[in-house]
Amino acid sequence: MTRPTDEPLLSVRNLKTEFVLDEGTVKAVDDVSFDVHPGEVVGIVGESGCGKSATIKSVLRIIEKPGRISSGSIIFQKPGEQPVDLVTLDQRGKHMRAIRGGDIALIPQEPMAAFSPVHTIGNQLIEAIRLHQKVSKQQARDIAIERLKDVSMPNPEQSLKNYSWELSGGLRQRAMIGMALSCRPSLLIADEPTTAIDVTTQAQVLDLLRKLRQQHNSAIIFITHDLGVIAQLADHVVVMYLGRVMESAPIDDIFHRPQHPYTQALLQSIPTLKTVNRSVLPTIDGSIPHPFTRPAGCPFFNRCKDAMPGTCDRHAPEAVNVSATQLVSCFKFQSDGSMERHK
Amino acid sequence: MSAIPVNATADADPADDFDIAPNWKLVWWRFRKHKLAMVSAVILMLIALVALFPDFFSTQAPHKTNARESFIPVQGMHLFSEEGLGLHAYQVVGKRNPTTLKMEWRADGDKIIPLGFFVKGYEYSVFGLFNSSRHLIGPKDSSSRERVHFLGTDRLGRDQWSRLAHGTRVSLSIGLVAVMFSIIIGIVLGGISGYYGGWVDMVIQRLIEILQSLPPIPIWMALTASLPRDWSVEQTYFAITIILSLIGWTTLGREVRGRFLALREEDFVTAAKLSGCSQMRIIFRHMLPAFTSHIIATSTLAVPVMIINETFLSFLGLGLRPPAISWGVLLQEAQNLQSVALAPWLLLPGIAVILTVLALNILGDGLRDAADPYN
Amino acid sequence: MNRLRTTEPLLNVVDLRKHFPIKKGFFKKTVGHVKSVDGVDLTINAGETLGLVGESGCGKTTTARCILRAIDATQGQILYRKADGEVVDVMTLDKDPMRELRRDMQMVFQDPFASLNPRMTLLDLIAEPLLVNGICNRRERQERVAGLLEQVGLRPEYMRRFPHAFSGGQRQRIVIARALALQPRLVIADEPVSALDVSVQAQVLNLLLELQQEFGLTYLFVAHDLSVVKHICDRIAVMYVGKIVESAPTNELFHAPRHPYTSALMSAVPIADPRVRSRMTPLQGDVPSPANPPTGCHFHPRCQYAVDQCRREMPPLVHIANNHVVRCHRAADLNLPGVDDT
Ligand SMILES: Nc1ncnc2c1ncn2[C@@H]1O[C@H](COP(=O)(O)OP(=O)(O)OP(=O)(O)O)[C@@H](O)[C@H]1O
Ligand SMILES: Nc1ncnc2c1ncn2[C@@H]1O[C@H](COP(=O)(O)OP(=O)(O)OP(=O)(O)O)[C@@H](O)[C@H]1O
Ligand code: SF4
Ligand SMILES: [Mg+2]
Ligand SMILES: [Mg+2]
Repeated sequence: MTRPTDEPLLSVRNLKTEFVLDEGTVKAVDDVSFDVHPGEVVGIVGESGCGKSATIKSVLRIIEKPGRISSGSIIFQKPGEQPVDLVTLDQRGKHMRAIRGGDIALIPQEPMAAFSPVHTIGNQLIEAIRLHQKVSKQQARDIAIERLKDVSMPNPEQSLKNYSWELSGGLRQRAMIGMALSCRPSLLIADEPTTAIDVTTQAQVLDLLRKLRQQHNSAIIFITHDLGVIAQLADHVVVMYLGRVMESAPIDDIFHRPQHPYTQALLQSIPTLKTVNRSVLPTIDGSIPHPFTRPAGCPFFNRCKDAMPGTCDRHAPEAVNVSATQLVSCFKFQSDGSMERHK
Repeated sequence: MSAIPVNATADADPADDFDIAPNWKLVWWRFRKHKLAMVSAVILMLIALVALFPDFFSTQAPHKTNARESFIPVQGMHLFSEEGLGLHAYQVVGKRNPTTLKMEWRADGDKIIPLGFFVKGYEYSVFGLFNSSRHLIGPKDSSSRERVHFLGTDRLGRDQWSRLAHGTRVSLSIGLVAVMFSIIIGIVLGGISGYYGGWVDMVIQRLIEILQSLPPIPIWMALTASLPRDWSVEQTYFAITIILSLIGWTTLGREVRGRFLALREEDFVTAAKLSGCSQMRIIFRHMLPAFTSHIIATSTLAVPVMIINETFLSFLGLGLRPPAISWGVLLQEAQNLQSVALAPWLLLPGIAVILTVLALNILGDGLRDAADPYN
Repeated sequence: MNRLRTTEPLLNVVDLRKHFPIKKGFFKKTVGHVKSVDGVDLTINAGETLGLVGESGCGKTTTARCILRAIDATQGQILYRKADGEVVDVMTLDKDPMRELRRDMQMVFQDPFASLNPRMTLLDLIAEPLLVNGICNRRERQERVAGLLEQVGLRPEYMRRFPHAFSGGQRQRIVIARALALQPRLVIADEPVSALDVSVQAQVLNLLLELQQEFGLTYLFVAHDLSVVKHICDRIAVMYVGKIVESAPTNELFHAPRHPYTSALMSAVPIADPRVRSRMTPLQGDVPSPANPPTGCHFHPRCQYAVDQCRREMPPLVHIANNHVVRCHRAADLNLPGVDDT
């Protein structure tokens, strides 16, 4: 699969988000850049605490105190419209509120938390639609039914009258996606939408998302720590570790030509249905450092098999193109020139 | 074995303080950050000192009356005088107002009473162990000692400063002792209820509900009214604490029960059971330590309630009665409008109550926030 | 260091049931039962690893806890062959023999943050089983703990530290060390890697395999992740709404599943290869509640092969090949897709 060549819908550049706490500063997002093109599914993978949620919360401008975006830009450009830098917008301002939920919608991780238990699904859907579109109640209702049909909800008219707790887990997940789709967002952000659910329901959700992007050509940012899920859905993958992007490449390159030592090690260490029964798995030594004791230089340094002492533990590597579309942030690929600059 | 992965967190040898810090240390580290609670803790320590050695802080024997010195206003202390630097008070002189026939007191700027620390005064006994006549502060010259009343005097000319110090002992200790009783009842009943469950739990829960639904004031009134009038001060004191704790243990009981119920399901408790620990060991080694800090925090928050209750009962004349001295008894002196208008300083014990209750509440909040370092 | 695998069952669970009462109202009247475990049959041979898989809420944890008597089962038999060859029913053991038996069976929990008492040092934690069983004196205990720590890949110097100084993966090692302290024969691991970061899961899986070789342990490995189970287990039992629906040796189960649910479960596992994207329609519907399971075969509302009989009768668990049992009316005539790992 090749990357669309048209203008990106979302272009995140050198984004830095930090949480200033009493104990120290957590650089939750540290110099993250990536693009999302129309109709493309970008997967962000990484282990717990690597800053996946912080990244998309920055994009949606819902980072809360004591967190803040300290630098970088997030250019959002709807086709045929002027680009806006979301970082410069007022977090609670009218413009940002119109974009959030309207042009960029979020599918949260916890379906129970997404709906209020005291209002029907229908009321909440209609309200969400009317918040962003000037339509009558009846029109909004029709749109709501339409959206529930989009997510293959059995009997959409009936489920409008249901409360969220009356639906089963899988249906609630569908209703939630329907809600996120209510205003036909051009970008859908899903933060680990399948982590809390079973494999069979997860397969349903993945199937649904795949259908949606085919039908509506919506762009999706999909966050997960499950490499299997990413492989099944994404076109382009951003691999994060401790707030930094380690590798960013088209899906096939990530899985068949991974370049970064972290990506390589991670892929080898997970058992798949194909690994030999009871064989010794290659492992990544150690564990993820606590954000306060993050190593200087490359954050993966103390666990990396290819680490070059004196270089990797001193300087932070820059992202380098190893091919037209594959970016790797590792000194193994840094040309001498750039190494010089670091010294 | 193959290469053993070493780890980043625990790798920072030599062992970090944090790594080998037991639970109470983590609690202390978190508590330290709570500035207001730290200030409260210091204030409470001072108050506790007063409660432990009230005579040492007094200037006069608390029961000593002097009809000719009634209603002397707050006298205060001064540092600078014409004679230079030195802690002192001014002697007050009374003159009967010829029209109202009331004594009117006025500080005489010329008559300086020099004050000193660790001066000799009336003799008192310290916990019945030994006698002393040293006092923290007082007139250097013991002949004029009857003439300083930092916080004024009451109707009978008793020194309010000294009485407040003695009231602190009684009020604070009633609060603490009553809470201690409630803790004992609460832990035993709450623990049984939470650990065994079933019908025992059912009975205790209903008991708690009934106790909580009773209006406390009439109950106290009935109970204290039924105390024999001829009981000694000590007997009434003891009875009041029991009455307060009999009604006050329910909140704590609920809390303990809830904790037990939650802890019973915790994996580490199951793990202990599976490795063959006895029930006693599970309760005392695994479950109780897991919520002692919470109990301490909750009890700290319960002490001010008890203090207020005592003050309230005594104020109504239902709790302690003179000659006992407690904050409530002291406030009783200020019960009628006339004395408030005439001698507003009689309300000063109220400030002691407010200060203590506030400090205890802030301390309790701080403790509660710090109590669970594993969250 | 070859594993001592036998065909002699170490543990034989027969028709295990655990029904939790549903209570309502002021007087807590029982209005129904959650049939979390409703007729589970399992056999674990000495030295092997049996995987127990199934979706959330199907009763895996409850089964594991019943076997260890962490909770008391409602009905059934748990036959355990002791080291001296005597077979006992764990369900009916009295307090003292049960305490004795606890040394033989240990558990590793899912959440390494919840299963270690945060107020005890590693020394106290790992030595506790030795202490309460009165096995050795203070000095010997300390030595044993040092040895155990080394065995699970932690430094003995860490003994004085508290669990809060360790990451999830390390804590799971501590839990494993504690479980091994009494030299058990059977270790029940309830999702031991699910709560761990992806990059440390492999470490713990390798450790479990290594320890099994070294001590000839028998594992009951509970998990919901089929890839992990396939990697580590000799045989696998698949559970659905409180019942075992299929059980077979690992390879056989993955290549030729005989129960429609097993087959559907496998096809739902996302494969970590973008070139193999699933084109199958996923299984529809949701897992039914164990408080109110469907009639007949519990799987029939979601099963594409269901016939009338399935709606009426619960199929029995039948032997269809050596070591292979299935609970499906149509097991004999269906040809189901498995995983092809060429
Ligand atoms: N509100 C907050 N206050 C302080 N620190 C925070 C806050 N939110 C996130 N962080 C820190 O920022 C870092 C990144 O967190 P983030 O939630 O983005 O991780 P994640 O990749 O989404 O992880 P997960 O897979 O667990 O959801 C973490 O180290 C976390 O501790
Ligand atoms: N103490 C209890 N009281 C009532 N119901 C319970 C109790 N414990 C478990 N259950 C119910 O029993 C069923 C099985 O639970 P169990 O924890 O065994 O599932 P599981 O297969 O381990 O699931 P998971 O993968 O989520 O851990 C669930 O529906 C659960 O709600
Ligand atoms: S018994 Fe019937 S419904 Fe159940 S799995 Fe077999 S075919 Fe499907
Ligand atoms: Mg997250
Ligand atoms: Mg479970």
